[in-house]
Amino acid sequence: MDWYPLWNSLRIAAISCALVFFAGIFAAYYASKLPRAVKGLLDVVLTLPLVLPPTVCGYFLLMLFGVKQPLGRFLAQYGIQFVMTWYGGILTAAVVAFPLMYRTARGAFESFDETLAYSAMTLGLSNSYIFWRIRMPVCRQGILAGTVLAFARALGEYGATSMLIGYTPGRTATISTTVYQLWRTNDTAGAFWWVLVNLAISMVVLLAVNLLEDRQKKAVRR
Amino acid sequence: MSLVVEIQKKLGAFTLNAAFETDRGILGLLGASGCGKSMTLKCIAGVETPDSGHIELDGTVLFDAKAGINLPPQARQVGYLFQNNALFPNMTVRQNILCGLHREKSRIVREERLRTVLQLMQLEGLEKHRPHQLSGGQAQRTALARILVNEPRLLMLDEPFSALDSHLREKLQLELRRLLTDYGRDVILVTHSRDEAYHMCGQIAVMHQGSILTQQDTRALFANPISIHAAMLTGCKNIAGARRVGPYEVEVPEWGIRLKTACPVAPELKAVGIRAHSFRPEEEQNAAAVQWIGEMEEPFEWITEFRFVPQLAGTPAVWRRFSKNSSTEKYPNHLGVAPENILLLYQD
Repeated sequence: MDWYPLWNSLRIAAISCALVFFAGIFAAYYASKLPRAVKGLLDVVLTLPLVLPPTVCGYFLLMLFGVKQPLGRFLAQYGIQFVMTWYGGILTAAVVAFPLMYRTARGAFESFDETLAYSAMTLGLSNSYIFWRIRMPVCRQGILAGTVLAFARALGEYGATSMLIGYTPGRTATISTTVYQLWRTNDTAGAFWWVLVNLAISMVVLLAVNLLEDRQKKAVRR
Repeated sequence: MSLVVEIQKKLGAFTLNAAFETDRGILGLLGASGCGKSMTLKCIAGVETPDSGHIELDGTVLFDAKAGINLPPQARQVGYLFQNNALFPNMTVRQNILCGLHREKSRIVREERLRTVLQLMQLEGLEKHRPHQLSGGQAQRTALARILVNEPRLLMLDEPFSALDSHLREKLQLELRRLLTDYGRDVILVTHSRDEAYHMCGQIAVMHQGSILTQQDTRALFANPISIHAAMLTGCKNIAGARRVGPYEVEVPEWGIRLKTACPVAPELKAVGIRAHSFRPEEEQNAAAVQWIGEMEEPFEWITEFRFVPQLAGTPAVWRRFSKNSSTEKYPNHLGVAPENILLLYQD
């Protein structure tokens, strides 16, 4: 049994989710403060990967980072190549998962009662304290939901990933590309096994979220 | 004169143009909702920036558009009690109050001051409660405790009683007034309630559509509001356009009557106001024939609606208000008003 796809999928999902967590929150926080017209335009650009077919995202990424493209060649000088490498999967997963984090976090920030920040400011609390100790905890439900969605999406990413990093056993294989590859080569039992693994991970994640929420509700009640 | 405010800010079609000064004591900012009271407080606190003007507190310039000074809210030392109290929902009462003590380095001093303020605000035993577990009064006292331990130089209260039950309201007004008097610093209280303003404030600034109409001692304002909107905000129900016809006499065309006044009338008179409780059947001065239209019963008072006999058609009815305990006639043929109770209004 080759466990590489599990390990690879988990590290790609975890790292891209961490990146998207900070990038999404950062973008959401600043977008919620922008004037309406600018926000609308930015919104379209930042949400596009959510509605585009992942293969289209993959196409754009290849156009940017392909080995023959200017940016791809530039990065290659420093030994960075997103095409056909496992960490290219981080890029595709992050691009596709970003809008989920961004939109859920923005929704949470927009429903945040700004008088809390105002009163904290008049008490002399620093802006970073207000952000990390008041705004984030108050918005944690939305941010947590966004993170889980982003993680699940990153874990399940197939289209853009298969275009950018392809499927190389032991090198770029992820759970989703492995399922397809095994199915394609008539190894139905192998595909089924990886489907079960994927189901198990997803259920563990969702259970963890539910437990976390329950504990928070109890903490609030106490 | 410790707070000087003179600011302008455009918000779409609305223009805020507020100018006033405070002395030690409680200044009321009285105005209808949406007149710019809260925006004024936000500009003073520094969470909103005026387009132009100047704000100075105890000699420190907080904001000056010309000199390019705009201190961040953190550096202004201005306490702001929001209408919704703005307690941090993710923190307990204790943690919320400690937020106001964050400048205090010594843990021992922090704990000591926390204990003192919990006692002062009658919050003992609630330290571990979260904001959503508190009653309206407890939440407000917590928010106030958090502000007081922060030792602001100016305290601003935004409609502090509007969310409370009426039986709690007066009790809290008394408590708060005692507390603020002991506190001995500048206080601005924003309200749309004339009763609240009268109970709490030594001085009142009347605000209408973004501008301060007048700033006077509370009693003086109620006795002589000068402007039509100020008269309305102090609860004067009957206002009608009027012009001077003699040194101590005015004509009210809408009501079809002439009234004698106690104060000399200036030619630029715009309107007169008569408070509903100033009409009395026993009063012989300014007596006029009236017709009765309707009545409304309050717990301890009657409000009756009438028209003067020569009153123009289509003009609003006049209100009279009197105690149910008084032996006065309910539907007399004539009502009079003492000349000193005619409010002479010279401005809009």
